[in-house]
Amino acid sequence: MNPGWEAVIGLEVHVQLATRSKIFSAAANQFGAPPNSLACPVDLGLPGVLPVLNEAAVRMAVKFGLAIGAEVRRRCSFDRKNYFYPDLPKGYQISQLAAPIVGPGRLEVPLDDGAAIEVRIVRAHLEEDAGKSIHDAYAGQTGVDLNRAGTPLLEVVSAPDLRTPEQAAACFRQLHSLVRYLGICDGDLSQGSMRCDANVSVRPQGRKALGERTEIKNINSFRFVEKAIRFEIDRQIDRLEAGLPVVRETRLYDASKDETRPMRGKEFSDDYRYFPDPDLLPVAIDEAFIEAARAELPELPAARRRRFQEALGLSEYDAGWLTRDPDTADYFAAAARTEGSHAKRVANWIMGELTARLNREGLTIRAAPVTAAALGRLIARIEDGTLSSKTAKTVFDALWGGAGEVDAIIDARGLKPMRDTGELTGLINDIVARHPQQAEQFRAGRDKLLGFFVGQAMKATGGKADPRQVNELLKEALGSGIDGSQP
Amino acid sequence: MDSISCPASCPNKPMTPFSSLRELSQALRRGDCTSLELTEAALGRARRLDEALNCFITLDEEQAVADAKAADLRLRDGSAAPLTGIPLAHKDLFCIEGWRTTCASRMLANFTAPYTATAIARLQAAGSVTLGKLNMDEFAMGSSTETSHFGPTANPWAPQYTPGGSSGGSAACVAAGITAAATGTDTGGSIRQPASFCGVTGLKPTYGRVSRYGMIAFASSLDQGGVFARDAEDAALLLSAMAGFDPRDSTSSAHRDPWLESVPERGIGEPADPILTIGLADELFGEVSEGAERIEAARQALEALGCRCRTVSLPHIRTAMPAYYVIAGAEASTNLSRYDGVRFGHRCERPESLRDLYERSRGEGFGAEVKRRILTGTYALSAGYFDAYYLKAQKIRRLVAGDFAAAFGEVDLLLAPTTPGTAFRRGELTDDPVAMYRQDVCTIPVNLAGLPAISLPCGLHQGLPVGVQLIGRHFDERRLLQASAALQRATDWHRARPTLAEAS
Repeated sequence: MNPGWEAVIGLEVHVQLATRSKIFSAAANQFGAPPNSLACPVDLGLPGVLPVLNEAAVRMAVKFGLAIGAEVRRRCSFDRKNYFYPDLPKGYQISQLAAPIVGPGRLEVPLDDGAAIEVRIVRAHLEEDAGKSIHDAYAGQTGVDLNRAGTPLLEVVSAPDLRTPEQAAACFRQLHSLVRYLGICDGDLSQGSMRCDANVSVRPQGRKALGERTEIKNINSFRFVEKAIRFEIDRQIDRLEAGLPVVRETRLYDASKDETRPMRGKEFSDDYRYFPDPDLLPVAIDEAFIEAARAELPELPAARRRRFQEALGLSEYDAGWLTRDPDTADYFAAAARTEGSHAKRVANWIMGELTARLNREGLTIRAAPVTAAALGRLIARIEDGTLSSKTAKTVFDALWGGAGEVDAIIDARGLKPMRDTGELTGLINDIVARHPQQAEQFRAGRDKLLGFFVGQAMKATGGKADPRQVNELLKEALGSGIDGSQP
Repeated sequence: MDSISCPASCPNKPMTPFSSLRELSQALRRGDCTSLELTEAALGRARRLDEALNCFITLDEEQAVADAKAADLRLRDGSAAPLTGIPLAHKDLFCIEGWRTTCASRMLANFTAPYTATAIARLQAAGSVTLGKLNMDEFAMGSSTETSHFGPTANPWAPQYTPGGSSGGSAACVAAGITAAATGTDTGGSIRQPASFCGVTGLKPTYGRVSRYGMIAFASSLDQGGVFARDAEDAALLLSAMAGFDPRDSTSSAHRDPWLESVPERGIGEPADPILTIGLADELFGEVSEGAERIEAARQALEALGCRCRTVSLPHIRTAMPAYYVIAGAEASTNLSRYDGVRFGHRCERPESLRDLYERSRGEGFGAEVKRRILTGTYALSAGYFDAYYLKAQKIRRLVAGDFAAAFGEVDLLLAPTTPGTAFRRGELTDDPVAMYRQDVCTIPVNLAGLPAISLPCGLHQGLPVGVQLIGRHFDERRLLQASAALQRATDWHRARPTLAEAS
């Protein structure tokens, strides 16, 4: 970014709530079913149907509010947002304008450099999702799939507290982490479970007044949030430096070209004619409901991160990495808890071997063939000297392939280290005897040759020997002058 | 007059087209007649009269006969409920699964409902037979049943006159003796005004009493399903079957009413305190241009029963009508957005673009009055006008409700005219929407306040029926209906029959 400029960024994140049924109907809230198979009369907007609020969606919104330290409104209400579009069945969206369920709160956003910023959340409100228009399935026609219509959304609106694309992406990522922890969203960005709109403006460094802003709609990955905002900041600065104004408009990010461009096609009216939905009474939320939701709150990412650092001695980076996703954090905690395990080593294995393998096979950590308990036992066997890093990888691969329990694999493959010094001593004496020249040189002071002998010994034992033990025995054998030439 | 065939051994008087629900129910249970006989008689009468009246949009002989046969089985095996076997007809804005449900609009002329409205499902569960779907003003917008896409309904008392509206088909059907009762809906007077014009009893329950699920919305905060019947006792019987909390309607009341639930068993009962104080809504009496002497007669009859009448003032009521047209229009403008030609309903031929699809589908599908309401409602909600219209109308609504609450601090019921005058001629008000809107000047305030009210026949003025309105406290249908029944036991105005039906 041009150093003379400062960007001002605010996010609006749509979070699809993981309720069983839709926000105003009993139809299933599910992704991927055949088109229109999950649209009941209410979702279709048939004549005469009425919305009934899903209490589970309210509970989830309350949990979110509590998690960001926000005021949960004791009385919230729903409004109609009126516009025509084929995938909006009623010709209006039920949303919350005047009295959103969640008032102002704060989100602590950890950054990659270990620092953290605090982002103000202005509000979060409940609304229904629209259906999907499918423009590419039928030539010259648009298909409408209303399965998504009525999916509960929590729209989270941040203050314009973000200054860089990296901060914006971190904020989106932190919201993603939070809703996953709360169990209110599956967090699957590829299915649109979270979508981000970004309001972006730039101003000369040091100036208070905000520049004209644009809104980038429907960004669905962390990386694209960063790239789209970066492009938009540069575009706005280029215009202003060329003496051209920034036009207030809605833009779309095209990932294939890495650019934003003005949105077209949708004939949105500027005047949504919001007014209170007469089909829904105001929602009264009492203390007992809020306290029940509070009692269900899990340990949140920030608290967990601190606990992993303080109680388990993880570095800030490792703790941050492991707690970003609740499944990863759960996996880590379970593996580290296994008897004889070691937290730091577990962390390294998860962040290294396990993640690499999961990524390669496109699996989530929940679906990992190696369970947390198995990884914990594996680490314990490294800790107690049973496994070397090399044999541990062999065991890990076997576990991944479903070969059974850690100790059983160790036994079955004969990976137990040779602890019998008698056998090992014989073997080592034999090696020294077969290499008199190298032994001589070693004794003459070429210390490096110890490595050669260790290598020979490990080869002869198929890697089963404990390298430390081999070292000691070798030094003994070479130092004592017991070799073939002097019987 | 038709009479329904009755076994030779039957010692009771024969059923007539004007028998009450209670009489029909007793006759069915005694085995004096079967539901199939009643249903076929009603179908026959409908076919003979409807050419002149046009009160039905859909008559479905096959389904009605099937319902009747099922009811006769229940009557024989002893599992019959009070409404079992009784033919009813329903305003054509109640969705009934498998039935065409049009709202009297070209927009829905070919719409078959895939589900049944809760109120109708309850009447059907109580055993009633669905005879057909009744004509109305398009989307319930009107006071004359002249805005129907299926042509106007005639008033059985004088075919050149309107039956009122919007539930004109329902009022005419009951007045003409086709069914003993019918459903309707009342947003600003759409049950009470046609009941008044057609000389039948019309009950608009408390808002929230009857589920709106499956009742095609006009103005959600005002719409309420109700009934047309021969008298208040029959209305109570029907209401007890229709009413009650519905988990599918968030605005339906969870308030339970043991009295209403006991009506099928014990009847309407006697008022706990027969000496009622009745308030005469002063401002509304000022609206009367015809039939004032009949309303006065009703007042005297109530006094003769021991009621004490006194004048009360509802000072904000003169502002109710404009507030109503803002609120009802605003709600209607978005309730009707779903009729866009995309998923169901009328779609224009060969749309050239999305905008063209919307504009022509809606332009062709909706009639002039519906368009007028959508336009005024859209205007009232628009940026820059919202505060001056919608918000101000809501403030007025609260003031009007406050006026009623204050009055009910002093009186038990309110007495008012139902309409300024008797039925008007067809076409008389079509070019003067404001004069048409004034038809509801005495009924609209009640909807704004969400109160229960009933229109009772109180005699004829120049050969046309006059109605009088009683208004009760929220959920106090008990006192409202008991007082109405007492009045009807003491008078015979509700027994007056139109000559058209007699002549057929």
